[in-house]
Formats: sequence, structure tokens, C-alpha cells
Amino acid sequence: MSSIIIWTVAVITVLGLVLALVLYLVAQKFKVQEDPRIDEVEKVMPGANCGGCGFAGCRAFAEAAVKAPNLDNNYCPVGGNDVMAKVAAILGYEVTEKAPMVAVVRCNGTCEARPKVNDYDGYPSCYVKSLLYTGDTGCSFGCLGCGDCVNACQFGALSMDPVTGLPVVDQEKCTACGACTKACPKRIIELRPKGPRGMRMFVSCVNKDKGPVAKKACANACIGCGICAKTCTHEAITVEANVAYIDPVKCKLCRECEAMCPTGAIHGVNFPKPLDKDAIKERIKIRQQKAKEAAHV
Amino acid sequence: MSKHTFSIGGVHPHDNKISRECALEQLPLAPTVYIGVSQHIGAPSVPCVAVGDKVKVGQVIAEPGGFVGAFIHSSVSGTVKSIAPRADLAGRATTHIEIAVEGDEWLEGIDTSDTLITTIPDDAKAIIDKIRLGGVVGLGGATFPTHVKLSPPPGSKCERVIINGCECEPYLTSDFRTLLEKGEQVVVGAALLQKAMGGVPCTIAIEENKPEAIAHIREVIAKLGYKDMEVMVMKMMYPQGGEKQLIDAVMHRQVGSGALPISVGAVVQNVATALAVYDAVQKGRPIVDNSVTVTGECFPRQANLLVRVGTPLKYIIDYLGGIPADAAKIISGGPMMGRAVANLDAATVKGTGALLFLTEKQTRRAPETHCIRCGKCADACPMGLEPFLLNKLSKNADWEACEANAAQDCIECGCCLYSCPAHIPLLDNIRVGKGFALSAIRARAAAAKAAAEAAKK
Amino acid sequence: MSKLLVSPSPHIHSKDSTKSLMLDVVIALIPAVVCSVVFYGWQELMVLGVSVASCVLLEWAITKYMLKKPSTIGDLSAVVTGILLALNVPYTTPWWVVFVGAVVAVGVAKMTFGGLGQNIWNPALVGRVFLLVSFPTYMTTWSKPQGLFGVDAVSGPTPLGAIQEGLMQGSTVQELTSAYDYKDLLFANLGGSAGEVCALALLAGFVYLCCRKVIKPWITLSIFATVALTSLIFWGVNPARFTDPLFNLLTGGLVLGACFMATDYVTSPMSVWGGVVFGVGIGFLTVMIRYFGSYPEGVSFAILIMNSVVPLLNMWFKQKKFGRK
Repeated sequence: MSSIIIWTVAVITVLGLVLALVLYLVAQKFKVQEDPRIDEVEKVMPGANCGGCGFAGCRAFAEAAVKAPNLDNNYCPVGGNDVMAKVAAILGYEVTEKAPMVAVVRCNGTCEARPKVNDYDGYPSCYVKSLLYTGDTGCSFGCLGCGDCVNACQFGALSMDPVTGLPVVDQEKCTACGACTKACPKRIIELRPKGPRGMRMFVSCVNKDKGPVAKKACANACIGCGICAKTCTHEAITVEANVAYIDPVKCKLCRECEAMCPTGAIHGVNFPKPLDKDAIKERIKIRQQKAKEAAHV
Repeated sequence: MSKHTFSIGGVHPHDNKISRECALEQLPLAPTVYIGVSQHIGAPSVPCVAVGDKVKVGQVIAEPGGFVGAFIHSSVSGTVKSIAPRADLAGRATTHIEIAVEGDEWLEGIDTSDTLITTIPDDAKAIIDKIRLGGVVGLGGATFPTHVKLSPPPGSKCERVIINGCECEPYLTSDFRTLLEKGEQVVVGAALLQKAMGGVPCTIAIEENKPEAIAHIREVIAKLGYKDMEVMVMKMMYPQGGEKQLIDAVMHRQVGSGALPISVGAVVQNVATALAVYDAVQKGRPIVDNSVTVTGECFPRQANLLVRVGTPLKYIIDYLGGIPADAAKIISGGPMMGRAVANLDAATVKGTGALLFLTEKQTRRAPETHCIRCGKCADACPMGLEPFLLNKLSKNADWEACEANAAQDCIECGCCLYSCPAHIPLLDNIRVGKGFALSAIRARAAAAKAAAEAAKK
Repeated sequence: MSKLLVSPSPHIHSKDSTKSLMLDVVIALIPAVVCSVVFYGWQELMVLGVSVASCVLLEWAITKYMLKKPSTIGDLSAVVTGILLALNVPYTTPWWVVFVGAVVAVGVAKMTFGGLGQNIWNPALVGRVFLLVSFPTYMTTWSKPQGLFGVDAVSGPTPLGAIQEGLMQGSTVQELTSAYDYKDLLFANLGGSAGEVCALALLAGFVYLCCRKVIKPWITLSIFATVALTSLIFWGVNPARFTDPLFNLLTGGLVLGACFMATDYVTSPMSVWGGVVFGVGIGFLTVMIRYFGSYPEGVSFAILIMNSVVPLLNMWFKQKKFGRK
């Protein structure tokens, strides 16, 4: 009996020693020499591995950041300026600051404004749908409503509004990683600067059809009439291919375009007061009259 | 009678050829036609007429936009009203030439008589050139320009011409009617293709569910006395008429992944294409019309119509009595590979072979349930792929794995989705994976080419 | 017609659905169920009822209250599991033991993995094996069938159990098997699990499934062939120690296991060659367990072991792709 115990102990011990040796040798053979700063950088990263920076994950970003001569081309949109300041401190680079961005859905073709003209019966994916045809509404540019963007978002910042059938961005959760902009086959979602206290203006439509066609498909469409561009005193608005675009850098958030837009395609968000259309229209009228008089003189 | 078939997979949908007894009939001319400039695979054609021009039937109105391109001819006589974007059946805007129909005046030099011309010209090059000028494209569905297919790349040699008369899609009968009513022309067309490829043997493949056509074509071949031409009876099996499957069935050779049929010495042309070749070469008549099966259990008036290219779908349907109340889906083509019509104002193109009406009950998809790993999709796949796996990989956006598991080989025949008991939209997702796998392959090829050129310099 | 339906191709679907396939399996099991009820009487009917009802109810309750998803009992897979579980236990099993088996089969082996299609092991077999190791008394006390209208119930061991016991007591196989008439084995009348009672009824169901193209015969045939071949070799070497091939084929749950348990879609390989290897594995392991294991019966264990390697078999054995080497 005791010999069995002795044998068992002996065999297990020898086995353990041999395996430990094997493990040690293998670990030595496959040892990878790495810059220790990579680990340090990775530690301060958000760890979401979302790919928003353009690399496969936070570790890949850290490797690239350590290798690069500066941080100009490497920016973590999720961590933002805080994280980048820490990264810069570790690597001894200069801090690059960027304005915080947010995803903006440029379609306001609600179920009500943009009625369905046929009944899609395939796999509920915007991409599959876009491969097949232009969509189940009259608008061939607008949101397909299957939620590819929602599925692409790793931060739970996007959700489909069951009433409008459109995705809604939760600006608190959005990290501007850009996954949704790539997932949307219609390229409706755009990353735009968050703006001061979150205030921002944008044209919520990408329909390039001529006015009457766009209007027929969707009551909220931008019809490319150009009133906004004419109204804007900051040259922030351009109309190209029948659709207006507001340059976020030039825009001074005066909301005049929003008040003048005949279809309500221009949206302003996070303003403290609701839009007083009449007051703004009155203001514009007075200004234009003055300009006319000045021209006469 | 021995029946031939392909070696992997396949399914047996009910053939439902309910319009088989309907003789080909001429559809009256529509008041306006809309002729699209991309009716074929390859570069869109370039319009060569201007608004206000008077055109005759058979007159060239658009020229090829590249080597892989085709002439487009006016299918009617009248005045060009506009050249503008117009939505196709999927709602996508493409350039269409709108022509208001006035009378039916054909271009001089086109033989519109019924006389059969059986003498085959000696010059193969001249035949191919006439096919090119006739705007002939593959009418089996792919609409690949025929003259390109008949000009094999250097180093490859054609050993057999196969005329595809399988019509394996359920419901479709236009090829069957063409074989029965225009069998002589088809056989002469086949002989012309034989000649164009250098006098190689020719096989006319017809599925067993068309015995009348098999007997008739055999008779015609015996009567006209062309050499090295035979009829092969194919087993009723879908997708028997798929190009790769048909070559496998007829010649027992498998076309490799990404390779062309010519790599195994085969040239496959559809029955309707053979007829178009006859018209173009012997009669100088370009493609101005094609036969369209209009059918469906819920459709009251079955028909096989000769329709001028560019006729609005709505006009055809109205001519036959309008859309039935219980029709839920209209399909351009067969039920397995056809495309659902989203826009009834769209016009027919050269490749339009059928308009099929299905009811909600026939076509509405059942809700998707869990995969039960029965493997029916893999059994059905004629390319030997694993649809259940590709579906998953594609949903996970793992494009590299899609390519490694040959998603790019998918022929989109629909057998997997057809046979899935869990109603998983396999093909919907595999198409996505196939697209990404193909673009990855193309990008690599382009990069390799660029690198080779850079090395040369 | 209000709005046109638009979807990617194909636009038609075969008549097959998960439900229709499961219904076919139920139909294929009817001969075996009828036979077992005829041979074992009302007690068997109760076991069947309890098993099917508890499987279906459990699945319904789990989907509704735990997973909070739409119920999946409509696909009939729970019914199939219930019938198979009932056929895998002796008719004398008390109802609460059957219920525990159903809890393990549906609750543990099936629903914890996410329901039909997600499980790794055959649910009914997991339930049976759980009962076998937890309640050996109930599971190994077999009573000779008294029949639907019979009276006298005589308890006795199963043929395989009897032989293992006999071998331990020093008898030879020839002496032991002489007690059995192979015709009886084929047409039943022997103690054992309810489903083992009539090989012919099971084979009829198997032929039905093959004809309806619900299953492919390769797995089953390769199990039979392997069992026959392996036991032929052992029997040829030492007929006094090892039972003969025919005896091995007809006893125990082999026919039931090979026809209905090993061919379960979810837990068997998809390709033909994968299926053949799977079948060979089951056949070989079955014979090994029967000859050398401590349990007289090995089919359930063999199938469960081979279930575990199915993902590997699916990876290794793939169909030849068109135009590729």
C-alpha cells in the first residue's frame, strides 16, 4: 500500500518538473521583445476595441502610436482629448486636441412624411436591402430603417425610433468612433463637431433628386431650393446636386436657415430656446430691406 | 433514354409550366418605349441619337461603351422624346432613351420575311461581327455580350458549343415555345455558332419535361442535315441550366473557381440567344424584341408574348387584363433567380424573359427560426458550398473566412434558401459575403498587376 | 393587392419546415410506440404521456418565463424528445423519474444551450444517461412485458445484462445466448427499454424517414456495419467470451439509437463522410463498452461521446466544392 503512495507521489512530481521545464523552454523560445510603453499606452486606452481610430483595437493603436513620430495621425475618438493627453504624456509627444464629434443622422423621412410604396420581405439588413433595390419608400437616398447602424454601434448610442422608423443618436453615449457611418449603405450618418454646449445645425436630408421628385417621395426632404444658402450671412451653406449642406466650421448657429427652410429639413439641436420662426423671419426681412435701401443709395 | 445531370446538389421544385400550351403571340406596340442604355453586363452604351431624331426599327441608338459592351437598337419607329435617367425595376435611375411610337417602319436592309436561310457563311469572323452589330447579348439572364463570349482569349480553344434549352426555372416557357415554333431558326443559329467557333460539335440540351421540343429539334436537325449536332436530354433538376452545371452535365468537366467556361473548352448559349444569332446573321435583324412568359396561378391570362425591348411592364400587364387582386409579388424572371419588381413603370430589357405573379401565400417568407443543422442547404448547393457556414460568416462580417470558404463561387441559384426548413435567409446574407470576397480578390489582382507593371519599369 | 412585396431571390420555398420534418420523425416513431404500448400495456402509455407532456410543458415554460422569447413548442421537437425519452426507459419507471429525465433532457441538455439547433448532445440521450446513473435501480430492473391484456409480470434482466452477469459467474456466451431466439429479438418480447422491444418497428420508421428524405441512411448503416464487423472479429477470436454479431445488432438500444438518436440533425455531422466516420465511431465504441465496460449497454454513451466530436467532424469532412480540388 505504501509503495503505491510513494510511486504516485514520485510520478506526479517528476511529471510536474518535466512539464515545468517544457513550459519554461517554450516561453523562452517564443518570447517577444516589446516596447514597454505599448503596455502603458494600452492601459490608458478606453479598451473598447471599437476600431474607431482606424486600427484593429486598442493594442494595435498603442503599437502604432509608439512607433509613430508624433500623434498627428493617431487619435482615439472614444477617449477624446483626455486620453490623448495621457498618451502624449507617456510617449513625450505634443498633445493634439480635436473638437469632440458626434454622429448625426441626415435623414428625417419619418414613416408619416415618407410613406412606404412597397413591402420589403427579405433579411432585415440595410446592406442586403440596398443590394436589392433602392428601398421601400419613394426616396432612393434615405434611411432604409433596418438598423445596420444600431447593430454596428458598440456603445449602445443608437436606437431605432419605432414611431419615425429612423435611428436616434444618444449624444451622451456616442463616442464618434465612426462605425455607424461605415455601416450605413446610404452614407446618411455623418460625424460632425458637437458644437458649443452641444448646439449644432445640420441639413437632415441627403436626397439628390430634383425638388418635385424629392418632395413627392418625402414631405421633409431637402428640395435644393437654395433659400437657406441665400439667407445665410456666413456663407456656411452650399447647395450641390439638389441638396444643401451646412459647413459646421462656418456656421454661427443663428438658426435663420432653420426658420426659412420650407420643408423643415434643417435641424438645430440642443438650443436652450425653441425656434421662434416669426421673430427670425421678421429680422431677416428688416435686414434685407435695409440692404436693398443701401443698394439704392 | 439516358438522362444527364450535374454532379453536386440541386433541388426539385415543382415545374409549374402552366403557360406551356400558349403559342407565342405578338404584343401590340406600346405608345411609348423606354430603352435603357445598360441592358447588358459591362460598360453602359452611349446614346448616339438626339432628342427629336426620327428613328426606325433596328436603327442603332446607342453604341458600345467599351469592348464588353453592346449596340442598342431602336425597337420601334418614331421620335426620340428624351434621353434622361429613369428608374429601372429596382428603382435605380439609369439613362433611358424615350421614343414615341409612330407606325412600324423597319430600317432598310433588314429581312423581315419568314423565309428560312440555312446556308452558313464561311467566314467565322464575319459571323461574330454580325452578332456584334446585332447587339446580341446572352438572353438566358446574364446578358453578357455574345460576341465577347465568342472571342476566346488567346491560348484557350473551344471544343463544344452548348445550346442551353433546359429552362430549369419553374413557370418559364418562353424558350420551350421558341424551340417548338422557331426550332428551325434556333438550329440554324446553333450551326452559325458552331461555325463561329471553328466547326466544333454542338449539343442542344433540353430538359426531359419538354418531350415535344426534344422530338421537334431532333426532327429539324435531321431535316436540315447539320453535322456534329445532337440533342441531349437532361434530367429535370434545378439548376440544370446554370452555365457551370450544364457544362458539367454535358461534358463532365468542372469550370474552376473564377474561371470562364472557355477554360474547359465550352461555350454555352441560350436558345433565345441562338435565335437572336440567326436573326442577326441571316436576316440582318438586331435584337428588337424578345419572348416573355407572363404567368402565375393567380394570373388569369397566361401568355408567351413577343415584346419589343423597352415596353413598360405596366403596358404588358394591362394588355393581359391588369394585376390580379390576389397577386402580391411580380417577378421579372423565374421564381428561383428572378428579380422582384419594385417599380411597375420600368421597361423591359433584352434579358427580360418572364413576368411572374405570385400570391402572398406562395411567396411571403416564413419567419426565421434556429438552424437545426440538418445540412439540407449543403446537400442542395450545386457548387458544393456550405451555406449555413457562409451565412454565419457573412453575418459576422468575416470576409476573409467567406473567401476561404468559397463564398465567391456562389451562383446565387437560391437552392439553399429554397430548401432550408428553418427559413433562414441564407442567400440574402451569402450574397453580401460573396460581394466582399469578390472585391477582395479583385483588389488583390489589381494590386498584383500594378506591382508587376512597376517591376517591369 | 396594396403594395408589392419585394425580396431577394428565390421567391418560392420548398414545403419543408422544421415542423414538417419533426412531424415526419413522430410519424416514423409511431410503429415503435404502438408496439411498445401493445407489449407493455397501459403503464407504457403513462410513461409516454408523462414524458411528452413534461418535455413540451418544460420547453414552453422555459421559453416563456426564463428566456422570455416566443414559444418554440410549435416546431414539435419537444414532442420528439419526449417520445424518444419514453422509449429509452423501462415501462416500469415511476412517473416522477420520467419527469426528472425530461427536466434534464429539455431543461439542461437542450434549453441551456439556447434551444433546438444549439445543443451539443442529444437531449433524450442525456436525459436517459442521467437517469441511468442516478436511478440505477429503476433503470435496470426490467420486467418481462405483460402485454396490453396480459396478467403475469416476471422481472428479469435485459439480454445484455444477463450475459454480462452470466459471464461474471463463469458461464460461456454460447450457453447464455442459447436462451434467446433471434426471431424474438427482431419481433420483441424481451425485457428492456420500451423502445428496444421491436427492432422491426424501428426499422420500418427508419425506412420511412429515408424515403421521405428526412435523413440520409449513411450514419445508421455505418453503425450497423461497424457493430457487425467489430463483433465479428472478437466473436471469431473467442466465441466463448464475446457475443456474436447478430446478437449485438438486435439487442440493447442499438436499433433505436442508430435509427433515431444518432441521426438527430442537430447532433450529427452534416456531410456524408462525416456521417460515416461518426457512425463508425459509435459502432466501435458501442461494441467496446459492451465487451469491456462495466455497463452492459453502450449505445447511449457511444452516441454522446461521438456527439462531442461532431463540430470537429464538420470541420474535417467537407463536401467537395465544384471545380476545386
